[in-house]
Amino acid sequence: MTARRILLAASAATLAAVPALAAGDVGQLEKQPINLSAIGMFLAFVVMTLGITYWAASRTRSTSDFYTAGGGITGFQNGLAIAGDYMSAATLLGLSSLVFAKGYDGFVYTISFFVGWPIILFLLAERLRNLGHFTFADIASYRLDQGKIRTFAAIGSLTVVCFYLIVQMVGAGQLIKLLFGLDYNVAVIVVGVLMVVYVTFGGMIATTWVQIIKAVLLLGGGILLAFLALSRFGFSLEAIARSAIASHKDGVKIMGPGTLLADPVSAVSLSLGLLFGTAALPHIMMRFFTVPNAREARKSVFYASGFIGFFFLIVCVLGMAAITIVGTDPQFFEGGKVGGKLIGGGNMPVMHLAKALGGDLFLGFLSAVAFATILAVVSGLALAGASAIAHDLYARVIRKGEATEREEMRVSKIASLVLGVLAVVLGIAFEKQNVAFLVGLTFGVAASVNFPVLILSMYWKGLTTRGALAGGIAGLISAVTLVVLSNAVWVVVLNNPAPIFPYEQPALFSMTLAFLVTIVVSKLDSSASARAEREAFEDQFVRSQTGIGAAAAAKH
Amino acid sequence: MHSPANNPVYERVRRNPKFHELVRQRSRLALVLSAVVLVGYYAFMMVVAFAPGLLHKPMSDESSLSVGFPIGAAIIILSWLLTGVYSHFANGRFQDLTDEITRETLQ
Repeated sequence: MTARRILLAASAATLAAVPALAAGDVGQLEKQPINLSAIGMFLAFVVMTLGITYWAASRTRSTSDFYTAGGGITGFQNGLAIAGDYMSAATLLGLSSLVFAKGYDGFVYTISFFVGWPIILFLLAERLRNLGHFTFADIASYRLDQGKIRTFAAIGSLTVVCFYLIVQMVGAGQLIKLLFGLDYNVAVIVVGVLMVVYVTFGGMIATTWVQIIKAVLLLGGGILLAFLALSRFGFSLEAIARSAIASHKDGVKIMGPGTLLADPVSAVSLSLGLLFGTAALPHIMMRFFTVPNAREARKSVFYASGFIGFFFLIVCVLGMAAITIVGTDPQFFEGGKVGGKLIGGGNMPVMHLAKALGGDLFLGFLSAVAFATILAVVSGLALAGASAIAHDLYARVIRKGEATEREEMRVSKIASLVLGVLAVVLGIAFEKQNVAFLVGLTFGVAASVNFPVLILSMYWKGLTTRGALAGGIAGLISAVTLVVLSNAVWVVVLNNPAPIFPYEQPALFSMTLAFLVTIVVSKLDSSASARAEREAFEDQFVRSQTGIGAAAAAKH
Repeated sequence: MHSPANNPVYERVRRNPKFHELVRQRSRLALVLSAVVLVGYYAFMMVVAFAPGLLHKPMSDESSLSVGFPIGAAIIILSWLLTGVYSHFANGRFQDLTDEITRETLQ
């Protein structure tokens, strides 16, 4: 389904199909003729990143190198890499197309995707850095039962990673089919193979640099495109707005909020899911362990949110400019019918804008950047998944910390290979499926399963193993159930006439339930182990505030 | 009576009044800034949901741009600037305090 069609079909209930776009679901698209300049530029990117991977491989000796680049990434570099992790190809395509189709409503979405970042810095970043070694499960299980909580946290991470990988793979296949004219299966396999090569050989060092390069390319491409677009309007936002009002079918209505966010419950549930789901995405959290200390961790978020915010503002300008430049040009509509179906689907306005302003060469460049972007995101995901398998499940739970570094490294490499194969197989299996529901699940599970245990373990002394397990299971079951009963699965996949759960994002309900269950069960837990866990909070608190003990831990 | 998990190093930190000062001041800063961002954002979302007309108003009589755009951009830019404010204090004064505590504890 295209953005346009989702939006046209939008009732209040379907509103959250939209973050699906931003997160990578681009729908079914037809194959386009082979685009040589795009493929050429993408090959240049691949050669460069493989070179970096070769260099990184010689520096990836220990598990710490592999998972966290030895903690040797600077705050500025990590800021760019976080931005590279967060700004997926579909941020560029999805958010700009939303502004193109809906005007101001798209801007409100953009803001909602952004405000989680300051909160991550204020409440999470330095505690994450001070407590964790390699994974989010390190923190969740810091003073709780290693076997149970680590296993549960690792499964939570893997669930999120797998859902998000499928979304990205299907999005990649569709996008590449459209932009490069490559076969869907070829595209998915290329992405899978490159992902495995970066992660297996270059670990976090290579992944970080892939993300940095991609962030720079994406920012550069966005700025250049915005410059070209603004130059069409005498560098006046006022002129862009005037012209957009004249060109858009909704006229002056696009200058303010429309119907998309009219329901406050949907809006709040969606924003909670985005806010706290983002904070609990394993591949984002992992980035906080790649810097040497809390000081650099804070700097990373400052730089990352600067880049992300700046990019989001540019994306909105692009969407507004496209209303006039793309929206009134018959060459971009099927059959040359202005106002009909956009060639390539509803996510393409920014790509058409690139062609209109910079010709085929610039379109090729932006296509290559979109491909690079997907690679960077899936590499981060694969690494987070591999660390959950090798570090949490294998080394800590199965071998109880007795595994040698060599053994753990070998398992992590096998794990990333398996994840790559799985991603390709699932990507191909889901080709014809609408994967929008997986986006709701990804953020819903992250916000309802990972986030409560993460925040309570750091902030609430009373948290116990039983409470964390019960709350996590409640969050998982409720998030999955509500997504199944929502429009994205109940109507779109199962073909029922109306959704039972009227909102797309379950976070408001499932996250609240998870918190409640965790707190109540923890309070009722009077076991001896619970008492020890509560007492251990004091030491954990000192370390989370000062980082004493963390620097040494990061070396292992 | 301490559980075996209690580490004497951390015990020493807890006895240091500077640690409590650090925690109090830095937590207050973090909470105030979070409240500013969250209250600002959710107030904006409530206007979007309940009083969208307010954001439709043009910036001036002859302007096409609505006030909603600068307000939205301001939310992004101001919350980013607040990350700068937090980093400034946390990496400056509070980090110095943390380093002092670490030094006094480990010497």
